[in-house]
Amino acid sequence: MTVATKQPSGAASYLSRPPAMAGPAQRKRLIVLLALLPALVIFCAFWLLPFSRLIMMGAEADPSSGISAYLTILTHRQYLISLATTVGLSLAVSLVAVAIAGVAGFFLARQRFFGKSILVAILTFPLAFPGVVVGFLVIMLGGRQGALAQTSLWLFGERWMFAYSLAGLFIGYLYFSIPRVITTVMAACDNLDQSLEEAARSLGANTWQVTKDVIIPGIAPALLSTGAICFATSMGAFGTAFTLGTRLSILPLNIYGEFTNNANFAMAAALSVVLGVITWMALSLARRLAGGNLGASV
Amino acid sequence: MSSSVSITLNQCSRTFAGGTTALQPLDLQVNAGETLVLLGPSGCGKTTTLRIISGLESPDKGGQVLFGERDVTALPIEQRDVGMVFQNYALFPNMSVADNIAYGLKIQRLPRAEIAQRLDEVMRMVDLQGFGDRRIDALSGGQKQRVALARAIAVRPKVLLFVEPLAALDAKLRDRLRIEIGQLLRELGTTAVYVTHDQNEAMALGDRIAVMQAGRIAQLGTPQEIYHQPANAFVADFIGAVNCLDVISTRADGGLAVHGGELRASHLQGVSTVYCRPEDIQVVPLDQADIKGTVVQSIFLGQSQRLMVDTGNASPLQIEAPSRQQWPNGSAIGLALPSHVVFHPDKPTAPVDAKEAANG
Repeated sequence: MTVATKQPSGAASYLSRPPAMAGPAQRKRLIVLLALLPALVIFCAFWLLPFSRLIMMGAEADPSSGISAYLTILTHRQYLISLATTVGLSLAVSLVAVAIAGVAGFFLARQRFFGKSILVAILTFPLAFPGVVVGFLVIMLGGRQGALAQTSLWLFGERWMFAYSLAGLFIGYLYFSIPRVITTVMAACDNLDQSLEEAARSLGANTWQVTKDVIIPGIAPALLSTGAICFATSMGAFGTAFTLGTRLSILPLNIYGEFTNNANFAMAAALSVVLGVITWMALSLARRLAGGNLGASV
Repeated sequence: MSSSVSITLNQCSRTFAGGTTALQPLDLQVNAGETLVLLGPSGCGKTTTLRIISGLESPDKGGQVLFGERDVTALPIEQRDVGMVFQNYALFPNMSVADNIAYGLKIQRLPRAEIAQRLDEVMRMVDLQGFGDRRIDALSGGQKQRVALARAIAVRPKVLLFVEPLAALDAKLRDRLRIEIGQLLRELGTTAVYVTHDQNEAMALGDRIAVMQAGRIAQLGTPQEIYHQPANAFVADFIGAVNCLDVISTRADGGLAVHGGELRASHLQGVSTVYCRPEDIQVVPLDQADIKGTVVQSIFLGQSQRLMVDTGNASPLQIEAPSRQQWPNGSAIGLALPSHVVFHPDKPTAPVDAKEAANG
């Protein structure tokens, strides 16, 4: 009885539901927008505003040349040399780090021996140090009172030093790059399918052919991605460079110098943008070459 | 195509670093041109045996591997001239189908024209014409295994080795590829060793089967011998299904009293258990039955049905019965077990009684 009377009204309210639903749906969307607002504000404040300001600032006139700072970088020898030095150094560090740590990582992933876990822990220890400490270590090795200088003084009567040159930077950068590559390569080697190597060997491939045809292609994505990260880290490394050589002309030091010594904000901004763009391009190129599995590790 | 070679293992054992023994000292002869299947549950040593033949692993000191007359024990796999097919295909993902198949030929530095001709030949053999430029990840599982097969036979190896090559494929494809591998092996006449845990694969492909258990060969024989004259209870149980009937007492006239009735099996005097296959037990009217029991479960299999019959035996008897007839649970059923279908590994099997066979 009650059911019979309720049913028509239920059906009627069901029919009238769609227009009435629009209200709550709109309200829901509004709530979502409101909920997103803090994220939007933070994005604008900490990403959009500083970056657009930085990019615009770089377009302002450089006090010394009188033209836009971007153009100054491209037309003045000192900036181009600095740019080339930074890119060249970072590239060399990445290549050498990948070569050394690639071999070492493969060895460590495959071999079992007493003390292996301790060795791996020691090898990854430099990751715990900030750049300034790495710079300090390089000075202790290759500075005026460094181990090399002491030894060469004793042997040949002269002090050999490399700490305050590009060689010092190279050693320092290599020092903090190698642990990263080793850990990545070890993980990649663990994921290698060993039956691929067995198949290649069954077809007559020797160790070198297996390495060339199976192992290197297998870990290539990892080598590329970790190499790109080495490159990016070396491009922007400041602590080590600042400790070792304020006389050296590399981008992070240039930015610092223009900013603090010369108060040349336009040039500092332009150099920052150039540094950022080159690093970003390297990372995205590696991501594309490595088949899109770089995103997580960057 | 290639002159086939025999394989001999002398006293090959394998102990791993941790001290576990994967393989007890093993003697095995694979005849030239023969396909030998190593069959057994996981951990029985079948894969270790194959890896010792391949050269991927070495036997413990004292073991010897011969290909024909040649001692290859000290040779690594790359110098043994073997073709291997793996369960996970093990195709090179950075190479096309054609580059995968031609890999071994390029390693051998064959002339370009000969590589092209051999590539063409093996791709036709495994029915992959026109797939040469495909990427590996664009292939189905069955196609991948054909590529792996082609890659292994392209180098014309002395020995072909298969490690569960069909285990990753679905049932229908597995059956088809199994038939094709069988045809290919007969066509090539290459000595082959095939590892599997699937008894159907073993029966279909093996000229002989070595059933392995706990690092030992439990039985080595033709599929027929393995199935009809299993050497022990393990083999009987591993290959197909088998019923174990407890013998209560032996009658003076040679009959064996078992739960639910009596068997005429004079060739099985003095045993405490007798065996018989589900498909060898016949369902008969109760007054002609050797054994009587109650149906406790019936499992419909399509082409037949599996009845579980409680006779008072420790485990219910499994019976393969016609598919269309129905036995409700709890119904009484009469079973006939002719003497030639009842066996014990230690006793010779009884000859088929013509009269009984006709009655059946």
